[in-house]
Amino acid sequence: MGLVEFLGWPLVRQVTGRDRLGRGHAAMSRRSETLEPRTVQADRVVDSVCPFCAVGCAQKVFVKDGEVTQIEGSPASPISRGRLCPKGSASKQLVTSPTRVTKVRYRRPFATEWEDLDLDTAVDMIADRVIKTRKEFWEWEADSRRTRRTLGIASLGGATLDNEENYLMKKLYTAMGAIQIENQARI
Amino acid sequence: MPGLGTSFGRGGATTFLQDLSNADCILIEGSNMAEAHPVGFQWVMEAKRRGATVIHVDPRFTRTSAVADLHVPIRAGSDIAFLGGLVNQVLSNDLDFREYVVAYTNAANIIEDDFRDTEDLDGLFSGFDPETGQYDPDSWSYVPDSRRDVEDEERRDQAYSGGSSHGESHQAARSESHGSGGAPVKWKGRRDETLQDPSCVFQILKRHFARYTPEVVQEVCGIEPDQLRRVAEALTSNSGRERTSAFCYAVGWTQHSVGAQMIRTASILQLLLGNIGRPGGGIMALRGHASIQGSTDIPTLFNILPGYLPMPNAKQHQSLDEWVRDDEGKAGFWGNIRSYAVSLLKSYWGDAATPDNDFCFDYLPRITGDHSTYSTVLAMIEGRCKGYFLVGENPAVGSSNGKMQRLGMAALDWLVVRDLQMIESATFWKDGPEIETGELVTEEIGTEVFFLPAATHVEKAGSFTQTQRMLQWRDKAVEPPGDCRSDLQFYYELGTRIRQKLAGSTDEMDRPLLDLAWDYPLDDGGDPDPEAVLREINGTGPDGEVLSAYTQLKPDGSTSCGCWIYCGVYADDVNQARRRKPHWEQDQVAAEWGWVWPANRRILYNRASAAPDGTPWSERKRYVWWDAEADDGKGRWTGADVPDFVPDRAPDFVPEEGAQGPDAIGGQDPFIMQTDGKAWLFAPLGLADGPMPTHYEPAESPVRNPLYGQQNNPTRKRMEVPQNPLNPSWSDVFPYVFTTYRLTEHHTAGGMSRTLPYLAELQPEPFCEVSPRLAAERGLENGGWATIVTGRTAIEARVLVTRRLRSLRLGDRFVEQVGLPYHWGPNGITTGDSANDLVNLTLDPNVYIQDKVGTCDIRPGRRPRGSALTEYVAEYRRRAAMDVQREET
Ligand code: SF4
Repeated sequence: MGLVEFLGWPLVRQVTGRDRLGRGHAAMSRRSETLEPRTVQADRVVDSVCPFCAVGCAQKVFVKDGEVTQIEGSPASPISRGRLCPKGSASKQLVTSPTRVTKVRYRRPFATEWEDLDLDTAVDMIADRVIKTRKEFWEWEADSRRTRRTLGIASLGGATLDNEENYLMKKLYTAMGAIQIENQARI
Repeated sequence: MPGLGTSFGRGGATTFLQDLSNADCILIEGSNMAEAHPVGFQWVMEAKRRGATVIHVDPRFTRTSAVADLHVPIRAGSDIAFLGGLVNQVLSNDLDFREYVVAYTNAANIIEDDFRDTEDLDGLFSGFDPETGQYDPDSWSYVPDSRRDVEDEERRDQAYSGGSSHGESHQAARSESHGSGGAPVKWKGRRDETLQDPSCVFQILKRHFARYTPEVVQEVCGIEPDQLRRVAEALTSNSGRERTSAFCYAVGWTQHSVGAQMIRTASILQLLLGNIGRPGGGIMALRGHASIQGSTDIPTLFNILPGYLPMPNAKQHQSLDEWVRDDEGKAGFWGNIRSYAVSLLKSYWGDAATPDNDFCFDYLPRITGDHSTYSTVLAMIEGRCKGYFLVGENPAVGSSNGKMQRLGMAALDWLVVRDLQMIESATFWKDGPEIETGELVTEEIGTEVFFLPAATHVEKAGSFTQTQRMLQWRDKAVEPPGDCRSDLQFYYELGTRIRQKLAGSTDEMDRPLLDLAWDYPLDDGGDPDPEAVLREINGTGPDGEVLSAYTQLKPDGSTSCGCWIYCGVYADDVNQARRRKPHWEQDQVAAEWGWVWPANRRILYNRASAAPDGTPWSERKRYVWWDAEADDGKGRWTGADVPDFVPDRAPDFVPEEGAQGPDAIGGQDPFIMQTDGKAWLFAPLGLADGPMPTHYEPAESPVRNPLYGQQNNPTRKRMEVPQNPLNPSWSDVFPYVFTTYRLTEHHTAGGMSRTLPYLAELQPEPFCEVSPRLAAERGLENGGWATIVTGRTAIEARVLVTRRLRSLRLGDRFVEQVGLPYHWGPNGITTGDSANDLVNLTLDPNVYIQDKVGTCDIRPGRRPRGSALTEYVAEYRRRAAMDVQREET
């Protein structure tokens, strides 16, 4: 190794140069000078909101080639002022998590393993199940008072559902006559 | 939350996070805010930097306590006694903000003669029926002011056919319908503004809380008298005309069998101190999930419809008239309930809803009691409920008594799970804890399971309503991969298919589905447009034009609105929830960021930020006031926020005789959703467990209630089934208290955090926190294993011996507490036993939310495996004689 090369080492530059904390010039290399953050390379930046707790920190979602490359806090928010906690900072991995499931899985009654199932078929089967169970447990009256309902179908939703989703859910369930419709909000 | 709803008229946080920075004192209790709401906590720190005193009351010394000026350790579940002690300090030393209390609360109201307090009946109020375990609240009523009150009420009653249905309002979780509209009292009632009448609320309150002395507080909570006095001193010296104090709470209060009353006690205290509706004041309810507030506003809850309209109850509501009669015509904006109800029916059934058919009222299914999630699980176990949708929820880990949840799911015909990850609720049949113990056998479980992958928050557009009632819109960034779809798309598609399959049916039971207004514009991918749904929620007028405020809603069917309190979110045909004007271009209220219900008001009840005459209480706490010069001398409310009041109603306005709805709001009635315009120190109606908070012990407790012979909340909802054995109180077998909580790095049941590599690395393993004294008593080693046992099951966790958990001295004994983060389960990148499996099911009678504290034993070492585990727990139950049914008082 030549002396010139040795003198170029970041640690040597840190002890011998002005940048004693090693947070500025001393830490730079020819390579690092050409690097730029992923956020600069994004094709698009989309406004979003952290899906974890109810502080509702504003997020900026950086997208390149149709993929999420980074999620950062949005400085413009009067509530969060750009900050995110560890959960919000990790939220890109909700999209990219190695264990995320992206295919429908189906378990037959009494089966020991999952099977594949086509999404369209799955939704159709579920619609059939709803119609059947609804009818089977239909109740016009209880204690001779009209109830017009089914007690055969229940639902429990998370509180990361959008308002629009909750709205359609309650609307559809109510029309079905299903009343045991609940949410994390009670838990 | 009914705790807030019955006190103020609306069940949301009364203030906004940024406003905490204006507080002179902040009391955080029932919340580890720095850990669970870290970014919101910056506003507490801002307040502290400006000189505010920060107090943290919590069983553990946490990240929040570390930066507080004062940490007060408390026995988990004893909060009413502590807050009651503070109320007593205020009342017995005349430290209340008297002018505020007289003008804006029901302190002056006279209560019926036959009302009896817990003081008289050893822990019960008058009206208790031991047979049903319920109260009849008749004796808690306001005395009418004059014959006029009575005549008005009679006139209202005669407008309807059939008799009065009054008094049912407290039943079947009806109290949740006070999310935006107070309980309907019959009349405003007689008042004694000198507060001297022994039957007035102020005097009743004073007597009720007199028992909560510093010594009693010490005995119940383990808090030293000196500490109680210091907190009282901090709060009272930082309240009044010139100063304000704020409260923050989270599930540390809601998740108790007396949860609603804990919040009520804080509300009473804040009212006595004059801190509601004012800058730097209020009660900040910290919700745990992105859209908990939204999920109650537009509920997926059994007992309410959007905008807190009650689900009709088969006993009382068989027509539109009967449905709205309790509330219609009462003073305040809730008096217009018919307009909100008819507009909702119009948005559900469109043209099919006409005046001739009661706007399809009959299409609404009726409830007949408790249909909440825990009762439903029991119905599943008993084979009465066969199909189940889980939508972004993981009850196998996230719900209390997880075993019951899994047994319920194993008894279904079919189960649909929509999630991002393979959560425990989808795999219970394969690898749940009961498979390990042999209580369930895969080949014998007949449940058909559909796992449908969901879209993440960046793969769909939509709005969340966060903790300060603010709707914030997310744009869609990318398409969801593979079979992943939004829940909006799924439900739209499901509804469409069901309707197609039933098309042509002449069966009357199918009419509500076939007549449903289910046309939504689709995008190129065939997904419904979420903005079109938000527009429907906002509401439209006769020609389909968007409305801008709920005051435009009509009872005649000419308007439609999917959630009246959200009316305005799409004003001017613009998605107001999508507004993102940076905070540096606005003042602190930041009215142009997102949209807040109701009517974009950021501090609720802000009429109370001005004195009765309309002038600010002080220059320092100026917020909303009456500008007599405005509008050519007609006058108008103005200030930093949208006034939460009728904009042109003068402070000296007195309603005319017989006035109804908004016309009956007086110029000094800041609580415009209450049927009497006042905030409630005493709740004559609306709560299942009494008009005033009372300390009862949790269903499982190591101590006897030192205050009354009545040990537990007499109206608590019990689940007396073999799957939910209750540890006997005062038992040597289960001598310790446990409480569950969250960590910053994980999220509730963990489905969204144990599966992310970053977060799994930050908090890789479940642990329990114990004090050095308890560690010595049981031989627990820091870093070693411990087994924690209740009558339900036993779990294992790593031991963290820390002085952050104090041994609390109650009288002549110590109470030890075990702290348990509850994020783990068998699946994911980091795995472990689920703490919720330990928790029993005993529910708050108002909201059916469970107690998150209980009793336990703790032993060194790992738990037994396989069937040895069930045997191990059964042995505990035998020793505690739990199989013998206990009748506790
Ligand atoms: S970033 Fe953290 S504090 Fe902010 S909303 Fe998300 S979870 Fe809550």
